[in-house]
Amino acid sequence: MSELRDEIPSFEKRTTADHGPIDWTGLTSIRGARSTMEVGSIIALFALVFFGLELILRWTNTPTYVFPKPIAVVRTLANEFTAVYAHHLWVTMYEFLAGYAIGSAVGLLLAALITQKPFAEKVIAPYVLIMVTTPMIAFVPFLRLKMGFGSWPLIIAVALAAGPMVMINSATGFRRTDLAKIALARSYGASTFQIFRKIRFPLALPMIIVGFMVGSIFGLLTAVGGEMVAASESGGLGERLVYYSSLARMDEFGAVILIIAALGVSIYVLFYFVGKRWASWEA
Amino acid sequence: MEPKLRIEGASKIYATKSGAVHALEDFSLDVHEGELVCILGPSGCGKTTLLWALSGLHALSSGRILLDGTPVVGPRPKEIGMIFQDANLLPWRNLRQNIEFPFEIKKRPVDGQRIDALLGETGLRDFVGSMPRELSGGMQQRASIVRALAQNPGVLLMDEPFGALDAFTRDEMNLLLMRLWSESGQTIVFVTHNISEAIFLADRVVVMTPRPGRLARVYEIDLPRPRTVEMMFESGFIELVQDMKRVVETGGRDLLEVE
Repeated sequence: MSELRDEIPSFEKRTTADHGPIDWTGLTSIRGARSTMEVGSIIALFALVFFGLELILRWTNTPTYVFPKPIAVVRTLANEFTAVYAHHLWVTMYEFLAGYAIGSAVGLLLAALITQKPFAEKVIAPYVLIMVTTPMIAFVPFLRLKMGFGSWPLIIAVALAAGPMVMINSATGFRRTDLAKIALARSYGASTFQIFRKIRFPLALPMIIVGFMVGSIFGLLTAVGGEMVAASESGGLGERLVYYSSLARMDEFGAVILIIAALGVSIYVLFYFVGKRWASWEA
Repeated sequence: MEPKLRIEGASKIYATKSGAVHALEDFSLDVHEGELVCILGPSGCGKTTLLWALSGLHALSSGRILLDGTPVVGPRPKEIGMIFQDANLLPWRNLRQNIEFPFEIKKRPVDGQRIDALLGETGLRDFVGSMPRELSGGMQQRASIVRALAQNPGVLLMDEPFGALDAFTRDEMNLLLMRLWSESGQTIVFVTHNISEAIFLADRVVVMTPRPGRLARVYEIDLPRPRTVEMMFESGFIELVQDMKRVVETGGRDLLEVE
């Protein structure tokens, strides 16, 4: 009885979970508020920031070309959204979504393939690292020069920015091997493909989701930044930022910033729910 | 009578960075149909190596294993069920999905009736929707037993299944295992490093030496069945524990001198 532990068997739910390398608590902390008190505080703080800023700008007689007033920005956004901004939002979204879809699909596929062969991984790793660390915005003017004024240069830049991020994180996920779980599947006669589908992929999924999330942030950054450097002839949110700031039209500038912020937050919230649904077993 | 499982001169050598490691050396044993054999030995004596070879998960360096007279060269999912150290449930599936996992792998329809009966017997019926991390260690291991038994294997290989459980839960699990076994009559090879657990469960206890793992001695256990926890406190039981402890410690080398 050397194994005797000073622990009484109980059927209480275990609180200690096996924490993987991912910490989702940062995401879960923005979970919906629980009481009217909390909802009230959140609204009160927002009102304080929004109207406080408005009041300070009025009292100090700050001209609009120095800093736009929040109310005027919201009014501009509401009045001109369908006429002006919807088009540019669509242009940016199109470049982002197309590039992101291509980049993340290729990144995920490469990660799944390359982790099967440790040697191939070693050979390719430095190039992936270079792609992750080099800002892909830098290639936009070059791609513009080669490919003209369509959407493709930006789509390619977004794919090049998002893909390696998805790949590097997914590869970390696919590298997690749990021999006992693979042995379990094999003992029931699982094929290599079944082991991949039922063991390796679910085990990697939390890291894959992290990769998609980081990739989406880099992709949006590259889409907007790329438009600021060299937009297509259709414009885009980044192109508008440069245009309005060069003319000191700060109300419109502020409206575009709000749209970009809303876009970023939407992506974040989307991935929060994806993570909660598919990766919550790990947190 | 032909044995259910026959192990003939099994040896396994692992190639590691620091050289060859003899995990198992010339191990031979016959296990009969419906028998519960415990393999007892200290950590690193090749018990798990032996069990993984029995299940066809890895090959032997020399020797062979026969199941129903045919050599085991790979997994035999129809005949063998495996129960692992700690429950080895898949953490992204709830309890029911974990139990149905082998059916998915085998592409067979889920035997809901059999699963429900086993869930009832193991007291897990109310927890089928729970995720593994929400369950206690004992409940997790009960779920893994249900997962294996739902396949109705003729042979059950158990690799220190209750090693991570506390002593109270361990007794409970041992009684549960014996009850399930008395109803279905599988052939069980049960690996453990706990002496009283081995005696309590087994028809025969096979004591192994420390590395390289060799057979030190085989004990026939003639305790009547059904067995109770109280039997563990009887003097005969305690003497047997002490005797086995000596054999484990000396690796069985001084047996001749002692006798």
